Amino acid sequence: MTTIPAADAGGPLRPQPASWRRYFSFSTDHKVIGVQYLVTAFLFFLIGGLFAMIVRAELLTPQLDIVDRSLYNGLFTIHGTIMIFLWIFPANVGLANYLVPLMIGARETAFPVLNALAFWLIPVIGILLLLSFFLPSGTAQAGWWSYPPVSIQNPSGHLINGEFVWLLAMVISGISSIMGAVNLVTTIVQMRAPGMTFFRMPIYVWTTLSAQLLQLFCLPALTGAAIMLLFDLSLGTDFFTPSKQGDPIIYQHLFWFYSHPAVYVMALPAFGVFSEVLPAFARKPLFGYKNVAISSMLICVISTTVWVHHMFASATPNWMRIVFMATSMLVAVPTGIKVFAWVATIWRGKLHFQTPMLFALGGVSMFLFAGITGVMLAAVPFDIHVNNTYFVVGHFHYVVFNTITMAIYAGIYYWFPKITGRMYSEGWGKLHFWLTLIGANLNFFPMHALGLQGMVRRIASYDPQYTGLNVVASVGAFLLGMSTLPFIANMVSSWLQGRKAPDNPWNATGLEWTTSSPPPSENFAEIPIVTSEPYGYGEQNRLVIDPLST
Amino acid sequence: MQIFNALLLTIWVGITIFTSHILGQQAYDWLPTAAAAEAELVGHLFSFLVTLGTIVFLGVGGMIAYSILFYRTAASDRSDAPPIRGNSTLEIVWTVIPILLVIWIASYSYDIYQRMDTLGSLPLAHLHLLESPAYAEMGSQDSQPSDTQPSEQIEVLAKQWAWSFHYPSQNITSTELHLPVNQSVHLVLQSEDVLHGFFVPNFRIKQDIIPNQAIAFQFTPNRVGQYPLYDSQFSGTYFALMQATVYVDTPKQYAQWLAQAATQPPVPAVNSANSEHAQPPSLPVRSHWHTVSPAPPPLVNQ
Repeated sequence: MTTIPAADAGGPLRPQPASWRRYFSFSTDHKVIGVQYLVTAFLFFLIGGLFAMIVRAELLTPQLDIVDRSLYNGLFTIHGTIMIFLWIFPANVGLANYLVPLMIGARETAFPVLNALAFWLIPVIGILLLLSFFLPSGTAQAGWWSYPPVSIQNPSGHLINGEFVWLLAMVISGISSIMGAVNLVTTIVQMRAPGMTFFRMPIYVWTTLSAQLLQLFCLPALTGAAIMLLFDLSLGTDFFTPSKQGDPIIYQHLFWFYSHPAVYVMALPAFGVFSEVLPAFARKPLFGYKNVAISSMLICVISTTVWVHHMFASATPNWMRIVFMATSMLVAVPTGIKVFAWVATIWRGKLHFQTPMLFALGGVSMFLFAGITGVMLAAVPFDIHVNNTYFVVGHFHYVVFNTITMAIYAGIYYWFPKITGRMYSEGWGKLHFWLTLIGANLNFFPMHALGLQGMVRRIASYDPQYTGLNVVASVGAFLLGMSTLPFIANMVSSWLQGRKAPDNPWNATGLEWTTSSPPPSENFAEIPIVTSEPYGYGEQNRLVIDPLST
Repeated sequence: MQIFNALLLTIWVGITIFTSHILGQQAYDWLPTAAAAEAELVGHLFSFLVTLGTIVFLGVGGMIAYSILFYRTAASDRSDAPPIRGNSTLEIVWTVIPILLVIWIASYSYDIYQRMDTLGSLPLAHLHLLESPAYAEMGSQDSQPSDTQPSEQIEVLAKQWAWSFHYPSQNITSTELHLPVNQSVHLVLQSEDVLHGFFVPNFRIKQDIIPNQAIAFQFTPNRVGQYPLYDSQFSGTYFALMQATVYVDTPKQYAQWLAQAATQPPVPAVNSANSEHAQPPSLPVRSHWHTVSPAPPPLVNQ
């Protein structure tokens, strides 16, 4: 079998940039961009979390005590916007940027400059959103759905108002995500190493592919809707204005046509992380690899046909309710395949409980719960009762926090040695895990009960009957805030002075573990040649690459 | 070990059946007191979902817990587990079971939905406001549409941030929604400005209200009492204050209330959004951002 010398594929190796300054430069190195995404996203996660804690502090008592109603509405609007568009999206894209080329045996991504541009739009979006708090109109206050007509009422009368800035940020975010998606999809399709057929790709690459295909297919709907809403707001058009023959419901369709699949854009990479971490710490191949890979694509397809379940209480005709109930429930099937595959992977395994494994197992267990409440929400008559209540908020946070954020943490711990060349501290990692698990459940579990009892979401003051459970939720939120402290301490101190990491500290399969920690500037001294399926744990020849080539 | 595992499995199956049954029964109590015929049906569906959900959660969760407890390996053991890559039969089984489960859940939900429909809960007839001048002027005596049921058709008007309820036959407007018990109630939902949502947790019914549409909405309250009505679709600054009380009355009380309200001259209603807008509460952090001014309080008889 022939090997490909480095010079053929990527030109002469550039010298390894040693300085930390590269993280603040317009670098086109996918690994630098990956870290830039992750760190930037985490900073926004802290800001979004702070907003959530102010919201939860306000909800400690039934009446208003801290912020006024406008500010409360602005805080939950920007909390949601930041957590989705500036934390989970960029954190996932950052991890994918770092890992995908390494996992498929590529030296770079397909469009490095486009990639860097996509990243540098992220801080622009964040700064725009945060600065909008200081406008005379205040920031956007209509929730992250921004349903018209309330979103375009513009009581300040100013042309530059919070909603204007929010819509601008959404359009820029759409452009950034599309650029990132074009780059990642092309990289996966075009730049795989010799022998890396589709069914030899790690599941993380499969889930990134399916998630980014969803972005390409669905995101233009949201970007288009945001531009039309911007015209309604600023230029007086009437796409969605009911008083002028526009239709506000069409906005809801366009919004959810993207924003439901967006949940899978966020969740699929999390499923990818679980599929990497569980085999490595169970010392067993991923069970049913091919079906897990195919189920990612099935989720990708089915999730584009379920959006109306967000609108069961809108002006939605009966036939539409029934059809979308059926499609929404159908998503449970490919998702179930994944969950069963993970359980079968750890079954009869040799389990080690390092921090990445704890977060992965925690995330899978939480997702089991979130999936069950998700099927409940698809049942139309039940949804009509809990629609727009805290039950939905609880379900949603079990997905985006207890599952996806847990998975991002699992991924960060798992690949930290590869990214930084140093080991993190296990003790701090475990403390972080337990604080997160307890905080998250205290925070989000009571919300289900509140919703069942009828507490509506997005209210700054509430009926005193709901007080007890709100206090529990708020305590959980503050605990979650605290839980980030050991994580930050661990990451900073370990990166600066942690124990040096070997190339493959977890004895894991996967091409990223065959290169040095951290990888050299073009990833591999020589492009590897892939000879077998991934996850060869326990097999005679568990190397996925041709040993002659190294 | 085999006997131990068989015993453990038996115990776990027992726990799962017992717990799912108990939680399924208790699920009714996690919801507010049922006060409409529709609420009982939703309660049955929720109980069914909780039972099934508990079985799935404890079944799959039990396997995860078992793995964590019994497949823990010493850090010093660097060996790999047996390389089992899959099992076609098992994978087919766990694809087919969820398909059957969701078909079952969807059919049962559909059945409940149909039964709610026959009780008159959720037929959505969109009468276009602009095409129906009768609705254009709330409160005019002759606004009752001739083509719908002669029984009480109550007009619900939502605006930022007040509910008002108009009884065309008596020409009464009120901030209280009085309904006769055990009778199918016909509402026409309308909004003056933005989206609102009509939500009574005790009835388990909810419907968004869309400006320029008159949405017909029906249900059957069946328990006398007072219940909160919330706005369930975010409607702006004073969203949380947009509440009203629903009174389910005996026929006698209902007739008395109608008669008594008809004698009251219309006055501007007390409205918490207006009061708070005029006199903002003193709070540690105030934004001083522009807000939409609350619409004038509705003129009501009671």
